[in-house]
Amino acid sequence: MRLAIASGKGGTGKTTVAVNLAQVTAGPTRLLDCDVEEPNCHLFLRPDIVETQTVGIPIPQVDEAKCTACGECGQFCEFNAIVSFKTVPLVFPELCHGCGGCMKVCPAGAIPEVARTIGVIEQGQCRGVELIQGRLNVGEALAPPIIRAVKTHAATNGVTIVDSPAGTSCTMIESVRECDYVVMVTEPTPFGLRDLTLAVAAIRELQIPCGVVVNRASIGNGRVREYCRSENIPVLLEIPDDRRIAEAYSRGQTIIDAIPEMRATFDLLFQRVSSECPNA
Amino acid sequence: MHELVVISGKGGTGKTSIVASFAVLASDAVLADCDVEAADLDLVLAPTVKLREQFYSGHVAVIRGDDCLGCGDCVEHCRFDAVRVNGAGHGDAPYWIDPIACDGCGVCVRFCPEEAIDFPQRHSGEWFVSETRGGPLVHARLRAAEGNSGKLVATVRSEAKRIAAEQRKQLIIIDGPPGVGCPVIASLTGASLVLVVTEPTVSGEHDRERVLHLTKHFDIPAAVCVNKWDVNPSMAEQIERTAQEMGAPVAGRVRYDMHVTSAQIEARATVELECGAADDIRALWLNLQSIASTHGVQLEPAARAVGIT
Ligand code: SF4
Ligand code: SF4
Repeated sequence: MRLAIASGKGGTGKTTVAVNLAQVTAGPTRLLDCDVEEPNCHLFLRPDIVETQTVGIPIPQVDEAKCTACGECGQFCEFNAIVSFKTVPLVFPELCHGCGGCMKVCPAGAIPEVARTIGVIEQGQCRGVELIQGRLNVGEALAPPIIRAVKTHAATNGVTIVDSPAGTSCTMIESVRECDYVVMVTEPTPFGLRDLTLAVAAIRELQIPCGVVVNRASIGNGRVREYCRSENIPVLLEIPDDRRIAEAYSRGQTIIDAIPEMRATFDLLFQRVSSECPNA
Repeated sequence: MHELVVISGKGGTGKTSIVASFAVLASDAVLADCDVEAADLDLVLAPTVKLREQFYSGHVAVIRGDDCLGCGDCVEHCRFDAVRVNGAGHGDAPYWIDPIACDGCGVCVRFCPEEAIDFPQRHSGEWFVSETRGGPLVHARLRAAEGNSGKLVATVRSEAKRIAAEQRKQLIIIDGPPGVGCPVIASLTGASLVLVVTEPTVSGEHDRERVLHLTKHFDIPAAVCVNKWDVNPSMAEQIERTAQEMGAPVAGRVRYDMHVTSAQIEARATVELECGAADDIRALWLNLQSIASTHGVQLEPAARAVGIT
């Protein structure tokens, strides 16, 4: 079973749900942190990172001796990552998507490719949870290749939990798309509702079933619950607005570690997800 | 013209509530909501939309069923696994291209021996220019599953600049996107000052650090504000200390206050309610003005640099 934890906006408690859920599943559980711009699961699970792999994309490296300055490569590139005004081209590595097009169109065979590192994947274990996280290097713009690399570590059997980036853009879609079920985390506020609505629309386009966890349930108003009722989306769990939870979070503790009696709550969440999920 | 960008690294730190308050406090600013995936500033500022424009960015490859002979070359060429063997529901070509996975590089288009692949522009979202009680607002919405939010952010920013020039406004306040990736970079390159709104949590601290590396990387002056600082005072102090060590002064602290949520529900900015957090945000705005002035940046016209409206 592959579950994604997602949310329309950041800071709603997505990572909290992901790490606590990972803690109650009967292992071996894999937790894939696909929020590669801000991977935070490790702050709560504190695994010893045992393996680090770099993630790169192939980029062009022009062989000046072979280049005839025809300009074909620059004309082809959709991203202005290789520019030639009938001169030996200039490559802008941070704009390159690694499509290989310039290499293929070059009539002189003057464009071999080299790998350019844009981030890393780190792997570590902690209390029955195997954490695999991607991390985009600061200043880099291209998250999807790292997410794709993280996803290759999904378990073939057993439970995989994916902590998806917030929002509704391609990085979120890339993270959740092969999942069997999406748990959306939201807050019962106007911002929370707006962003939940957008995220649900995106998930529905992928035809993945989803349910909602309402975090800090006592703040705000009842509009999120009304929305879920009218859209037939199950509310899987309501997490109270408890100062102890906020404090545990601020220290980097999971809810279950800080408040052991909350384990039953997440057990229940896991059961509900398993019963809702078509592929459990 | 100066640009103040408010970012947070991690989402949900209360950035938008603070920007909405700045919008109300600032006497002469243009607002730009560059958080194009979760643009919520409009929920507070109740804009009247004056202009609505479609946003196209890049291209997407589409196979014409009639012309595709099923050679499969495109499958080999595509590095983004976007070409799929056709199942039900995607026309009658032997292959179809999943628009979500398509990166828009055009390699398949170029190498298809039958020239059976079209390459139309990609409809990625829309953007708006509105009037609000805090001044003109440029905002946008990225369509679901679209990736080019950096370009949409750039569009919003340049439109805000155009309006500021036209209406002779000295300041643009930008609500930035979360993260440290492409849209964030697009929202802050060349800006005058960045305010990092963080919260006193290990994740807030972790993301704050990444964000400050980014502002350093682009050589933009930055200041920090710890929101909900009293949830963990010692963590707040630690964040302030490390931020200062990285050259980012502390512009203020905002307390944890349920009125922030109440204001949101009433579609008002926090400073439009009388509450502790409102006082904190007013003090933050004043402080930020003096930090800005040390960098030669003016947030308020000189005659009115008082921060209280
Ligand atoms: S590999 Fe693709 S994106 Fe990169 S420079 Fe060549 S054509 Fe442009
Ligand atoms: S296509 Fe090849 S030969 Fe022509 S300019 Fe580019 S690298 Fe040089």
